[in-house]
Amino acid sequence: MDFTNLTIEDIQGILTRREASAEEITRAHFERIHQKDSDVRAYLSLCEDKALDQARRVDQQISAGEPLLPLSGVPVAVKDVIMTQGLPTTCASKILERYSAHYSATAVSRLESAGAIILGKTNCDEFAMGSSTENSGFFPTHNPHDLTRVPGGSSGGSAAAVAANLATVALGTDTGGSIRQPAAFCGVAGMMGTYGRVSRYGLVAFGSSLDHIGPFGRSVRDVARVMKAIAGRDPLDSTSADVPVADYENALDGRVRGLKVGVPGEYFEGLSPEIGRNIEKGIALFEKLGCEVKPVHLRHTEYAVGCYYIICTAEVSSNLARYDGVRYGYRSPEYSDLRDMYRKTRNQGFGAEAKRRIMLGTYVLSSGYYDAYYLKAQKVRTLIARDFVEVFDEVDVIITPTSPILPFKLGERVNDPLQMYLADIYTVTASLAGIPGISVPCGKSKGDPSLPVGMQILAKHFDEARLLQVADAFEKAGGFEVA
Amino acid sequence: MALTEKDVLYVADLAHLELTDEEVKKFVPQLDSILQYMQKLNQLDTTNVEPMAQVATATAENSALRPDQARRTFSQQDAMARAPEPGGGCFKVPRVIERS
Repeated sequence: MDFTNLTIEDIQGILTRREASAEEITRAHFERIHQKDSDVRAYLSLCEDKALDQARRVDQQISAGEPLLPLSGVPVAVKDVIMTQGLPTTCASKILERYSAHYSATAVSRLESAGAIILGKTNCDEFAMGSSTENSGFFPTHNPHDLTRVPGGSSGGSAAAVAANLATVALGTDTGGSIRQPAAFCGVAGMMGTYGRVSRYGLVAFGSSLDHIGPFGRSVRDVARVMKAIAGRDPLDSTSADVPVADYENALDGRVRGLKVGVPGEYFEGLSPEIGRNIEKGIALFEKLGCEVKPVHLRHTEYAVGCYYIICTAEVSSNLARYDGVRYGYRSPEYSDLRDMYRKTRNQGFGAEAKRRIMLGTYVLSSGYYDAYYLKAQKVRTLIARDFVEVFDEVDVIITPTSPILPFKLGERVNDPLQMYLADIYTVTASLAGIPGISVPCGKSKGDPSLPVGMQILAKHFDEARLLQVADAFEKAGGFEVA
Repeated sequence: MALTEKDVLYVADLAHLELTDEEVKKFVPQLDSILQYMQKLNQLDTTNVEPMAQVATATAENSALRPDQARRTFSQQDAMARAPEPGGGCFKVPRVIERS
């Protein structure tokens, strides 16, 4: 039996019936990783010994007759911007190449307390900055559906690992689409909760007013299970919300008849016709399920990319100031004085995109430009957030494409950063507004190669249960395979 | 507005980045096109619009506060273990004050 293409429920059924041990299931994943990951390159590092220890502990608990925890025996991959005690945490950056974490992120300790087995750390764009995983300081990850194409980004390694059955579920991070877009490119489900829903203690910061940790899975139920495990208030993160966490799996009841689904016209301009066609079929499926589909308007959408890149680069320039070669990480071997050490360390340690964003952020915050760029963007952010508040007075959820483009070829867009940024148009809006979003598969394109298309579902603040309910109903109605 | 090499070098200096000549040449047009694109925001009238610095959810304000109590985090050894050049329980850096 192949243990690598299972859902969490399948795995736990096997464990409960004692058909296989957690150790066997974990070993099967490492075998597959050793066979396949030389092509996909989803992982930056593996922790085989630790994982097998954890698996044997789960097996002992089962032998002792203890009940299974929500994630007992479930193999998980973790994006390498999330701290994992005793394991490398490089952020896919040369500046942290030899860094290993001395504590675990709250999301990671919550996964482990729920019985999950961490297999390793996944590749991403350096410090989670990018939309293709080509900005990794080490190597690019390849899309399992077509190895000549990118898996999306920045959480491309986590998305590819789940898509290629190299992990059952994974953690990624989303600042402007970095979970949802790679989920779309790799044909899996990926979710970002409300801003503050999941603790970010132990997440290496990129854009602090935008960063989220969230799950990837091959089914909505798996995503719901992981989300439930990691969500909730954490005293170690003052931005984590003190809002009760619903039982997300209970919400997966298929009762979507009568729900109002908003479709914003602004999200259907300038996208690949292949994607438009699939999303329209997805929307038709909601009508069949008895939902009321309504056109809505999010009027400030066209300003979202500009607004997002001002705010996120400003935050990058502050957050990446800490990499100076003093307390941890890389230090240039040669320098004349302290200032020269900072400059050489940072120039040798950071890749091109990190430098570009530090430069942009420093510029928009600098004297004489602060009001024109940064303050202006914060005001436009208010307008974008208001658009959503108004629309959620009329509808329960919003449906859009996740990305305007299909997975592109490696190398095709690296030299045009502005074009790369513009493709984030459908995902940055929810990030700016702080609302939750999920991307689910919505069939594949008709061409050769046939590539995954992702549909994004958005809901209002802390309405994750609704989001998952709608996504699950779509999956059960065959939405993942619309054609 | 057109960004110049001088602007790029000035910003690099603020950001403590030592860019190579090649990088400066590459960044001038790239950063210029991105900054020009960002000026699209000026099409919007934002008079009387409050800036949004953070996503304000119902509970964020209260939950940000906690009692100011000292607690143990890491040992000095742990905190120093990843330093590129530790010494005597300190982070060593090049001399910043000259001996007179």
